[in-house]
Amino acid sequence: MATSLRCFLRSGKQAVLVVARRGIHRSPPAALQVTVRDALNQAMDEELERDERVFLLGEEVAQYDGAYKVSRGLWKKYGDKRIIDTPISEMGFAGIAIGAAMAGLRPICEFMTFNFSMQAIDQVINSAAKTYYMSAGLQPVPIVFRGPNGASAGVAAQHSQCFAAWYAHCPGLKVVSPWNSEDAKGLLKSAIRDDNPVVFLENELLYGVPFEMSEESQSKDFTVPIGKAKIERPGTHITLVSHSRYVGHCLDAAAVLAKEGIDCEVINLRTIRPLDVECIESSVMKTNHLVTVEGGWPQFGVGAEICARIMEGSAFNYLDSPVTRVTGVDIPMPYAKILEEHSLPQVKDIIFSVKKTLNV
Amino acid sequence: MAAISGMSRMSGLCFHAVRQTAARKALRLQHWRSFRVTAMHQQQPFDSSLEKPQFPGASAEFVDHLEFIQPNVISGIAVYRVMDRQGNIINPSEDPQLSKETVLNFYQKMTLLNTMDRILYESQRQGRISFYMTNYGEEGTHIGSAAALESNDLVFGQYREAGVLMYRGFPLDLFMAQCYANADDLGKGRQMPVHYGCKERNFVTISSPLATQIPQATGAAYALKRENTNRAVICYFGEGAASEGDAHAGFNFSATLECPLIFFCRNNGYAISTPTNEQYRGDGIAARGPGYGMLSIRVDGNDVFAVYNATKEARRRAVAENQPFLIEAMTYRVITPKSRPLMSSSKQENTLFLLLKYVIQALKQK
Repeated sequence: MATSLRCFLRSGKQAVLVVARRGIHRSPPAALQVTVRDALNQAMDEELERDERVFLLGEEVAQYDGAYKVSRGLWKKYGDKRIIDTPISEMGFAGIAIGAAMAGLRPICEFMTFNFSMQAIDQVINSAAKTYYMSAGLQPVPIVFRGPNGASAGVAAQHSQCFAAWYAHCPGLKVVSPWNSEDAKGLLKSAIRDDNPVVFLENELLYGVPFEMSEESQSKDFTVPIGKAKIERPGTHITLVSHSRYVGHCLDAAAVLAKEGIDCEVINLRTIRPLDVECIESSVMKTNHLVTVEGGWPQFGVGAEICARIMEGSAFNYLDSPVTRVTGVDIPMPYAKILEEHSLPQVKDIIFSVKKTLNV
Repeated sequence: MAAISGMSRMSGLCFHAVRQTAARKALRLQHWRSFRVTAMHQQQPFDSSLEKPQFPGASAEFVDHLEFIQPNVISGIAVYRVMDRQGNIINPSEDPQLSKETVLNFYQKMTLLNTMDRILYESQRQGRISFYMTNYGEEGTHIGSAAALESNDLVFGQYREAGVLMYRGFPLDLFMAQCYANADDLGKGRQMPVHYGCKERNFVTISSPLATQIPQATGAAYALKRENTNRAVICYFGEGAASEGDAHAGFNFSATLECPLIFFCRNNGYAISTPTNEQYRGDGIAARGPGYGMLSIRVDGNDVFAVYNATKEARRRAVAENQPFLIEAMTYRVITPKSRPLMSSSKQENTLFLLLKYVIQALKQK
């Protein structure tokens, strides 16, 4: 509830900024508030309609409308042939989906959460990711693996792991991590249209959050390109790079810091693999400071990769201080609410890291 | 049957030892012989003059007309029960002859579980705890099986076996502490609600991913066999979880490793919203047992005496003969007893109600 209010206020603020810059009196564009869940639903609905080779399979996706209701109404509209409930075997249905993709269909394989994808990870890596290369380009696997990733609320260690780093490590996969509704819809459509296996990491806490969607993004042909990050908030003093839910946290931190005269540039990665290094580098060359923010664990994570890439590239010479990583605590997620809250990055942690990096 | 399984076991060994000399092969067989507790199975010598298939992979006769084996799902494996729907013992020789105190304890524990469920389920609906799994309808499977085990038998559960822990004396305070993740919780607030565990009561902590407990139970049973302490392992799971690949591996290995293990499947007809006709097409889970070389039975999960008898006998033989057993308890998952919990419909016979009818009758007689 609080999050949606914040998002609403943010979108209002941006509209005001636009008006001030142009000096023309005009009413803001027709704002449509769409939740991430509905955006994902629309994306799947439109792609199912557009290409009859596309189909959705997973546990509880059909009659139950999806474990998190993301596929609500799709079974009613498209029936048993396109929306398939599977028995409880991730290894089984991932394998089935991959076989279908190899035979010419375009499956969307839903994992109830990505934690359960570990039961199928051999299929995802050894059969989906590597096949195009191993077949010397003869056998593509046009599949999308999607589902909630990372921490939810009160679901403890075996339901809260972030798999961005695990899947992004593997050549042959594209790994996408949307934040708002536009990201969700545009990137899912791109993922379904992509001939490569795409791991689509959603976030359960974002499903119910409404974001403003532009008129353009409501079109049936609207896609967001995979591999391109977006600057959500331009700034000059420091760059904050994040993905998924923590983009929102970064924007909140930026709002607080703006009052103290610190101007943050917030980058929404949108895609983890391939990483949009150019976007981060140009930003660092402008601001000279970098903080990465993610929900996953620190070791061998998204932030670690960004640090390595920055160090390897031209932006290194522009850094005025070492990069700081804000990550989840390096422990299996505990259940008790107070422990859980302290195991994930909070807005105050981002603010603290920014000030430390800027030495203020 | 023993000779047949012995033969396939021997041939399995031979495959592995294919590069070794005959002498070293004989030494390995000697080693296996002394290790195993069960009687040695002699390998039949292959005689190529007989008109008999001599494939290492199976032991059978030849047949000369084409016929596919029909999976029999219309009339499946019979359901063992002790009481009829009025609570009368049908066959007196199957009466477990339990004392009045024991039977009343069964009833008390089932009712206690039912009551605790109501409170914790409402807590979840009120947002005080994030998650809860009720046990409505399946209390008989917990209490009947728990009563048939020894207190030091190891229990691997899925998430709907709180009654087993309750029967073993886990206090209400600790159930609540675990669900509320408060300072009294043995797990120090690390685990989601209903992920109980208790070392003293030999109840392995519940783990969320489905069916991972099945191969783990097999491994634990193998370890217990090596210890030679006459302990058994019981492994609970639902009919939906039996679709997982881990289930196949666990079943298969329990037979090849000859483990003192009881697989207890609670078949309540649904996995979240997926009905059994979408989960499998065979005759339930009991029909899979023979495929793995396991002794199997299907019981009425609402009949606590049937569950008790089957588990007791399975445990006795599992430990004595070092082999796994599969019990499929047919039951119902009752979602929320919005009105009185003892209501039964024409389709469902509530397990508590059935036992209550028996208890009332028994008390009248005694």
